[in-house]
Amino acid sequence: MGAGTGQHLHVEGNSLLHRMSATAKLVGLLALVVVVVAIPKGAWFALAGSLCLGMLVLVSTGVSARHTLPRLAVDLPFVVFALVLPFVATGTRVPLGPVTVSESGLVAAGTLLAKASTGALVGVAFAVTTAPRDLVLALQQLRVPDPMVSIVSFMVRYLSVVSGELARMRIALASRGFRGRSLRSWPTIAASAGALFVRSFERGERVHLAMLSRGYAGRLPALEAPTTTPSMWALALAPAAIAGGLLVGALR
Amino acid sequence: MSHPVLDLRGVRYAYPGGHEALSGVDLHVHAGERVALLGPNGAGKTTLVLHLNAILRATSGSVSVSGRQVTTDTIAEIRRCVGVVFQDPDDQLFMPTVRDDVSFGPANLGLRGDDLAERVDEALTAVGVADLADRPPHHLSFGQRRRVAIATVLAMRPEILVLDEPSSNLDPAARRELAEILESLDVTILMVTHDLPYAAQLCERALVLSGGRIVADGPTVDLLRDEELMRAHRLELPFGFSV
Repeated sequence: MGAGTGQHLHVEGNSLLHRMSATAKLVGLLALVVVVVAIPKGAWFALAGSLCLGMLVLVSTGVSARHTLPRLAVDLPFVVFALVLPFVATGTRVPLGPVTVSESGLVAAGTLLAKASTGALVGVAFAVTTAPRDLVLALQQLRVPDPMVSIVSFMVRYLSVVSGELARMRIALASRGFRGRSLRSWPTIAASAGALFVRSFERGERVHLAMLSRGYAGRLPALEAPTTTPSMWALALAPAAIAGGLLVGALR
Repeated sequence: MSHPVLDLRGVRYAYPGGHEALSGVDLHVHAGERVALLGPNGAGKTTLVLHLNAILRATSGSVSVSGRQVTTDTIAEIRRCVGVVFQDPDDQLFMPTVRDDVSFGPANLGLRGDDLAERVDEALTAVGVADLADRPPHHLSFGQRRRVAIATVLAMRPEILVLDEPSSNLDPAARRELAEILESLDVTILMVTHDLPYAAQLCERALVLSGGRIVADGPTVDLLRDEELMRAHRLELPFGFSV
């Protein structure tokens, strides 16, 4: 059975970010992303600065590139979009090597790439240094509504169970000669997806019964909350503050 | 004489579709007993288990736990007294770590801080998995998960432990280790099982549920030797076994 997507994102370590409370990290991450998104397009100095900041944060985790690079693949759709944008956008055309491209498209593409990549870098830094359980605790401490915390918590727990079921289903299909390569296989794939949904739904009902049996009355008990020291807050918000400085510079 | 831990009288239950799963169950279990509940598939065993902690409510008849009738007002107390361990530990273990999961029940009872930690340690030690406290449940072997599932219920200090097919899917060593743990626990046990040798090993008394009624009640070994009874209710010892 797989270890579960939520579980293999996290890499054990002892860096500053690993030791920082997930609550401070989550707030710091959110603040940085908001500031970076607010940087106006074409403000290259601020954009390059925030990108460097993102890289610095990721490097500071001490997690090897072998682990972090594949996870940065979440940035790929933005890269593809940024590559296409200068060719499809309208407006003034400027020569770029042997071809001509849209000037405004080029600026938008560069801006998009820098912002998305910064987000991906700090997002991966957060993911590799935060255990799923700590993320749940942080959400609870930040007073995210209970149903949402419960959904995240159950997703973390049951992703591996459901993906294990899916893997067994695929093996069972393949064992009986199924090859999902043509249109004719679509009904089978749809039926498997339906079966997986029904099984997960039924499991949900059984889990609920087991919870009721142990006195569940509509609210998950609050787990011991992590402590966040003032220095942790300062450190967690530092990247957002630096990016804020860059933003102010760009707006002047 | 003291009240039986479990006392069911004339319990009937019909599912919303109309199918009557229990047709008048009379059953009592006294403190300190280990009782096996045997029966073929579809006999109503799981339906009966869900009545014991008021997940399902009888259409007619009464369920009492240590002298307390199951009513809307007593549900919380009934669920503390009757600890149900379900067949699939993945249904029971849903928190991020073993410790969080074992804390879930006592925390719902209002325990916090040191009292809660003490309860959790006590339960984990009783089933020999204290060293797994900080592991995520889905990283454990099936046998370990079954033991943690029992700990989650023991942490509520139940008066009776109800186990649904405790030996299913366990390898022989894990099956034996679980038997040793169950024998060492100082708690009343009702064990629902198809595993007749396991019932004979652990329970001095057995009940046979068939067609929604208790059709036999007596010493486990005597029931297992009664070939006619066994055949009539689709119960069989595995090949090569005799009692």
